[in-house]
Amino acid sequence: MGRTGLNWDWQVFCKNTIDGEVMPRCFGNGGEITYLDWLISAWGWTLSVALLSLFVALLFGSIMGILRTTPNRGLVFLGNAWTELFRNIPLLVQIFLWYHVVPSLAPPLRDVPSFLLVVMGLGLFTSARISEQVRAGIMSLPRGQRMAGLAIGFTLPQTYRHVLLPMAFRIVIPPLTSESMNIVKNSAVAFAVSISELTMFALQAQEETARGIEIYLAVTGLYFISAFAINRVMHVVESRVQVPGMIGGGK
Amino acid sequence: MIEIKNISKWYGQFQVLADCSTEINKGEVVVVCGPSGSGKSTLIKCVNGLEPFQQGDVMVNGISVGDAKTNLPKLRSHVGMVFQHFELFPHMTITDNLVIGQTKVLGRTHDEAMERGLKLLDRVGLKSQAAKFPGQLSGGQQQRVAIARALAMDPICMLFDEPTSALDPEMINEVLDVMVELATEGMTMMVVTHEMGFARKVAHRVIFMDQGRIVEDATKDDFFGTPRSERAQLFLSKILSH
Amino acid sequence: MMLNLDFAFLTPAVLSGYVVKGFIFSIQLTLIAMLGGIIIGTLLALMRLSGKPWLVMPAAAYVNTMRSIPLVMVILWFFLLIPLVTGRPLGAEMSAMITFTLFEAAYYSEIMRAGIQSIPRGQVAAGYAIGMTYSQTMRIVVLPQAFRNMLPVLLTQTIILFQDTSLVYAIGAYDMLKGFEIVGKNFNRPVETYLVAAALYFIISFSLSTLVKRLQARISIIR
Repeated sequence: MGRTGLNWDWQVFCKNTIDGEVMPRCFGNGGEITYLDWLISAWGWTLSVALLSLFVALLFGSIMGILRTTPNRGLVFLGNAWTELFRNIPLLVQIFLWYHVVPSLAPPLRDVPSFLLVVMGLGLFTSARISEQVRAGIMSLPRGQRMAGLAIGFTLPQTYRHVLLPMAFRIVIPPLTSESMNIVKNSAVAFAVSISELTMFALQAQEETARGIEIYLAVTGLYFISAFAINRVMHVVESRVQVPGMIGGGK
Repeated sequence: MIEIKNISKWYGQFQVLADCSTEINKGEVVVVCGPSGSGKSTLIKCVNGLEPFQQGDVMVNGISVGDAKTNLPKLRSHVGMVFQHFELFPHMTITDNLVIGQTKVLGRTHDEAMERGLKLLDRVGLKSQAAKFPGQLSGGQQQRVAIARALAMDPICMLFDEPTSALDPEMINEVLDVMVELATEGMTMMVVTHEMGFARKVAHRVIFMDQGRIVEDATKDDFFGTPRSERAQLFLSKILSH
Repeated sequence: MMLNLDFAFLTPAVLSGYVVKGFIFSIQLTLIAMLGGIIIGTLLALMRLSGKPWLVMPAAAYVNTMRSIPLVMVILWFFLLIPLVTGRPLGAEMSAMITFTLFEAAYYSEIMRAGIQSIPRGQVAAGYAIGMTYSQTMRIVVLPQAFRNMLPVLLTQTIILFQDTSLVYAIGAYDMLKGFEIVGKNFNRPVETYLVAAALYFIISFSLSTLVKRLQARISIIR
């Protein structure tokens, strides 16, 4: 390892990934890239995986959460089964299932890029948690709201659309914020199936350069920044949709 | 207009309503009273099918509420309901609260709905609050808006489920005044309430319920003058003493 | 579906040869991290609630940091740092034990903090009034109650911990998932092995969480 005491070498990021030569201005040109280039591209992959998975998770999680609050026993069972299935299997195992099992289900599925398989795996895993939160949000509304919607002549779908869901989603924004931050952290699991995201970069770059501490610090820092950024965005969203007169709403 | 025929309802093993029957004719104002747990809120919610029932039936304007083939949303759009906790939609302005049922259910144009809604809002004395949100209004104001919201659907009858029970005393009268006005104009009303002053003023009949049964069903004068059942006498003596 | 599934190769011999070893490690890791994590977590919670800045700030910094980084990164960090600190190389399994204990301590500390805060102030006052010291009041009055109140949440966190142990994959430690992976590679049947692995994790987690729900129902009746 050759490290005695703490001698930093932040220059490692400016080094060329092929021959270790330090590049001017820290970025590569031509066909060569520096570790900094690689780090930034890895960050891009992490954010892409996280954001797309979040979209999948919100879509399926909301539907399942809503189904669990309907009067139809079959739909409730479906929602519960989905939630239990995806929350009781570890995320890494689910990713492996998507990566190894799904492509062998049918020939056309073999060509699906692993990026999408990871997005589905992470998305559906997170959808179980979101379904819990959406269900809790809807159940926390006063019973009378559902009745008031029905009393005016709304069908049940209309009651959900105009009365229940608008309020439930506002209630659910704080837990959704922490789920969004979690999904950035959980995206790290994608390293196991060779997606070039931040954790994969950390593992490989550490091996190549033997400068683990600098590499890990940079990666950790980027995870911090990403989580913080999401937190701020959700904060803005929350203040924009606040209802005047409600707790936390403006007057 | 409303026929309640031998309604019985159970929550699991517990019987909430036992063989309730009565009729409300067009233009009648009927007050339903009784101790808590007597089933009066449940009974009124059976009239527009918000509470299902296991036995008996309710006919509203000749349409059966219990029949599986009945289009319940359509029936409910013609029956107005006012709730104990107002239940305005908190994420919409007052105006939107008044308009949404008219446009989405009755199919009126937005302009028609606005005109009708604001007219009713003015009638209950709250035109100035049109752009506000329910959370910014007092309880009495919210309940008056709730009445306007129900009236905006041009209902054939109105159901009131303890409309003043959640209000501070100083706000009860502003709501009762609106209800008295409605009654004198000839609206068919079924009102679950403890407000006997209101009953004495505008009710035609009073129904007294206890433990899920209709114990008395008499004209106003009979009920307050010479009630037949001991239970009703006891109830009246307790609530009329203040 | 074009899955030609053949589970025949998963004989008890194969399972005991490859998987049981990993399963035992997964369970060991879970139990050690749970016990160590709860103890350290309780200490951290007490530090944060002490009101003394020199205790509060390091504890808060530790907990917030652990909760902001992916677990995989924490595993990598410890695997890198521990040998540097001790001067000796460390096996993946040992590193995993230390890492998980310290990582989960942050999550357990949040749970215990909520639990301690939910105990009415009057309890502490009553302890002092009898003449108990801070340490006695905590040990005898507050912590037992906090612990019992939060037991379902602590157990739920343990189930999550059990699932998280699969991440030792990052440093090649031999856990249950690794055992299944090796079987899958040796017999060239990844599909079947991963399906069985998923099913096994599901059965364990689902059964445990059902038990926790029953426990929760029991506790709320007693109260």
